[in-house]
Amino acid sequence: MSDKLKINDFVVRFANVNGTGSASANLLFCKAIFRMGIPVTPKNIFPSNIQGLPTWYEVRVSEKGYLGRRDGIDLMVAVNAQSMEADIKSVRPGGYLLYDSSKKLPDHYRRDDIYFIPIPLMEICNETYTDARLRLLFKNIIYVGALAELMQFDFSVFESLLGDQFKGKEKLIAPNLNALKLGSDFIKANYRGTFDLKVERRDLLKDAIMTDGNSACGLGAIYGGATFAAWYPITPSTSVVEAFMEYADEFREEKETGKRKVAIIQAEDELAAIGMVIGANWNGARAFTATSGPGLSLMNEFLGLAYFAEIPLVLIDVQRTGPSTGMPTRTQQSDILEAAYASHGDTRHILLFPSTPKECFDLTATAFDLSEQLQTPVILMTDLDLGMNDHISEPFSWDDSKEYQRGKVLDYDDLEEIERFGRYLDVDNDGITYRTIPGTHPTKGSFFTRGTSRDEYAAYTENSPAYQRNMDRLVKKWITAREYVPSSQLYQVENNSEYGILFFGTSQYAAEEAMDMLKEEKFLVDGLRIKSFPFDQIAIDFLQSHKYIFIVEQNRDAQMKSLIMIELGISAEKLISVLNYDGLPITATNIVHQITHSLERVEKYTTV
Amino acid sequence: MTFIKPKFRHPDLPKNKLGYTLSYYEGALSTLCAGCGHDSISAAIIQSAFEMNIEPHKLAKLSGIGCSSKTPTYFLGNSHGFNSVHGRMPSVATGANMANKDLIYLGVSGDGDTASIGMGQFVHVIRRNLKMIYIVMNNGCYGLTKGQDSATADNGSISKAGIVNQFQAIDLCGLAIELGATFVAQSFSGDKKQLIPLIKAAMAHNGFAFINVISPCVTFNNNKGSTKSYDFVRGHLEATGTFDFVPEMEEITTTYESGEKHAIKLHDGSLLQFNKLDSDWDPLDRFSAMKAVHQAREKNEIITGLLYLNQGAMDLHELVNTCDRPLNTLKKEDLCPGNGALASINAGLR
Ligand SMILES: Cc1ncc(C[n+]2csc(CCOP(=O)(O)OP(=O)(O)O)c2C)c(N)n1
Ligand code: SF4
Ligand SMILES: [Mg+2]
Repeated sequence: MSDKLKINDFVVRFANVNGTGSASANLLFCKAIFRMGIPVTPKNIFPSNIQGLPTWYEVRVSEKGYLGRRDGIDLMVAVNAQSMEADIKSVRPGGYLLYDSSKKLPDHYRRDDIYFIPIPLMEICNETYTDARLRLLFKNIIYVGALAELMQFDFSVFESLLGDQFKGKEKLIAPNLNALKLGSDFIKANYRGTFDLKVERRDLLKDAIMTDGNSACGLGAIYGGATFAAWYPITPSTSVVEAFMEYADEFREEKETGKRKVAIIQAEDELAAIGMVIGANWNGARAFTATSGPGLSLMNEFLGLAYFAEIPLVLIDVQRTGPSTGMPTRTQQSDILEAAYASHGDTRHILLFPSTPKECFDLTATAFDLSEQLQTPVILMTDLDLGMNDHISEPFSWDDSKEYQRGKVLDYDDLEEIERFGRYLDVDNDGITYRTIPGTHPTKGSFFTRGTSRDEYAAYTENSPAYQRNMDRLVKKWITAREYVPSSQLYQVENNSEYGILFFGTSQYAAEEAMDMLKEEKFLVDGLRIKSFPFDQIAIDFLQSHKYIFIVEQNRDAQMKSLIMIELGISAEKLISVLNYDGLPITATNIVHQITHSLERVEKYTTV
Repeated sequence: MTFIKPKFRHPDLPKNKLGYTLSYYEGALSTLCAGCGHDSISAAIIQSAFEMNIEPHKLAKLSGIGCSSKTPTYFLGNSHGFNSVHGRMPSVATGANMANKDLIYLGVSGDGDTASIGMGQFVHVIRRNLKMIYIVMNNGCYGLTKGQDSATADNGSISKAGIVNQFQAIDLCGLAIELGATFVAQSFSGDKKQLIPLIKAAMAHNGFAFINVISPCVTFNNNKGSTKSYDFVRGHLEATGTFDFVPEMEEITTTYESGEKHAIKLHDGSLLQFNKLDSDWDPLDRFSAMKAVHQAREKNEIITGLLYLNQGAMDLHELVNTCDRPLNTLKKEDLCPGNGALASINAGLR
């Protein structure tokens, strides 16, 4: 057991019971660290359940700014009897267990290699509060007070935090502060053991914000000009539309009439949700839906129609682990192939991969531009980790001079100028044709939208060359799309290593940290973060110029690797998968471990 | 192959108030089987739009998949159209309508498209009282996939292959009334005189207007045992009373003996005049409409006409309180809160 202080560098895990008010107490702990200017990452690990099952909240504090999950629990706050035994086992040797000592811990739970910090939480509550609800709620706040004392928090941070939290309900501030004090007083008076996890104010975060990706997507849809949303509830995407609703209440009310500049429909299922979104976009409104894997599966037929009929739409896919039973509340990046090629026939869809709440905001807004410019679905591939966990992020910003890019839409005057309108006529030779919105002109510009084949003038035809011409034009449009989509991010300006590491979405946090860890081992890798599909030239060059590329992804089947192989013809020997698919966000040590392991294999292979 | 009709028309053809002739409301040449009931319904739609002086570009026609869903190609060639996917026209119409409240939405579907694969969407579009005209061209079979029984095929009816249908039929009008559809009518493709006023009234209705039109499939379901054949339908029709539709502002020319006349004013000022009413059936009363539907079923009759009308319900736009300007006309200035608003949002997240 080391005596060395761990300042601003540790992991705390809270083991709670779902639905007992622990979430806001745990957030208070996390937010306090954030307010002290120290990088911090919380992860909710929760069951598919409303009340009663175990739930965990893990907070990593990292002065170096590593915001990925980290293995190894330094301190466990165990207040759930149900999971207590396993929780105790999961603390790293030399770590701590803070637990409710109102009831005696069974002897066989004891470990000699960790420190026990007993607090009779329930007893304190029973003595202090008469109301059963308050006893339950403040139990959580008391352990936050105890932690703050142990870690030597600057207590003033709680005053300002609670002040903000209870603006307008100031009556609630004092009881909360009091509960915090109960915890801290107990530690002061009773705990004499070792404690080496400390927090020191740093102010490293400047103007950063802390929020979740789903709220950011909802806000991005407001800024991007969405006027219609249709959806069907599914975790972890539900809060995207809920955030959109909340922001719409704030920003989309017509002052003079009190009426709304938005319509939001909870559909009967995901098929209807995407059908509505297609109808609205066809009719010239910016519209979106949000879903997760099972919903994406249901939307497949319509996605094919939208691709072929060339109707813009924005779909936010908050990925999770597979089917609706089992682990639907855990994270994964496992819808990539399904989304990229969703539907029947020859289809390919634009995908965007945000990594931070700021990017969720930016890319959602951008998705509306892209889908209208390219007249095709754009799928934002986020995941449960990004969508539902709070992340430290750059603050949101918006360029007011930027106009919405509505793409090639002909208005009344344009139609007046035109001899004969051809909906699918490739006038500009970029594969993107001109469309009209119903109701534009009394005699010109109407056309019939179909999922079956048509000629350049949108007339029904089963003529083979016409069908093929159209399919080839869609390929041309796809190539044009490469110039529209956001560029990949390079981590080394010059490719100077033989090895590259490629990642996207929420793997960014762990991958950046892994690159630093590898550097310490004197193993240099070049990094690339992909932001979109189709792959841009930067990504193509990166993949071609490195001898080996590690592809980090959070699914079992190496879906991004497959996509790269299929689309770019990169040989499988070059691409080494680094995978994580246990439902928890990937960690840097996991990446480093897999890379070193496969390097050994690669070397063996190449020296034979 | 594409089919374009010759455009030449005699200069003296009658024009409507907008100066358009009937032919302006036609579409491409039909590719359905000769004698298909669906073509008669297309003709009735053309006539109705002409008589209602509808600007073709102010109407959007949407459909699912099937022979019936193909028909929007064959009428209103100057309107935007959308042939979507099987059974999902209601959702596409819902989104389209939400984007622009100023257009008329005409949805066409089949009995397979509506009563089987699309049942969920049919039910929910009624529940939302989307302002649209929803026509089912009901032939009791899947025409386009060559004659399988549909869920509206009557129990005991015999398909062309000689197979007796063992299952209960879904009565779309009864269901629509039960679900609270605000305009429910039933008619027969062969009865233009009744169908046209019904379509016109549906066009004037401020809410979800459903018309179930029995429309025989001459190729797969016009045989002796079928209850959706021309012969059977003609022999079992029971009109609920003839009725006229009088558009707003038009002079009412028909006069009625008192006691026989029953007029209902629609929200836009137009009138529905019923010439004869069954004594115990009132189209404004849901219970009596339900009863009439049930009684007809018991008697093996096909009750036709406007079965139920409710003008009081709010349509979806009113329910979700959208602004008067169509959503698809709103600009960045209307929609984007701008960088200024982000300062306080960011501050709230620190
Ligand atoms: C998802 C899907 N499943 C099946 C089909 C095949 N299909 C095309 S039309 C049709 C039935 C149409 O029946 P109905 O709606 O009654 O139209 P009708 O042809 O009788 O007018 C079916 C099953 C399809 N197009 N899409
Ligand atoms: S198969 Fe039947 S429904 Fe289809 S076009 Fe022919 S007659 Fe009409
Ligand atoms: Mg049919």
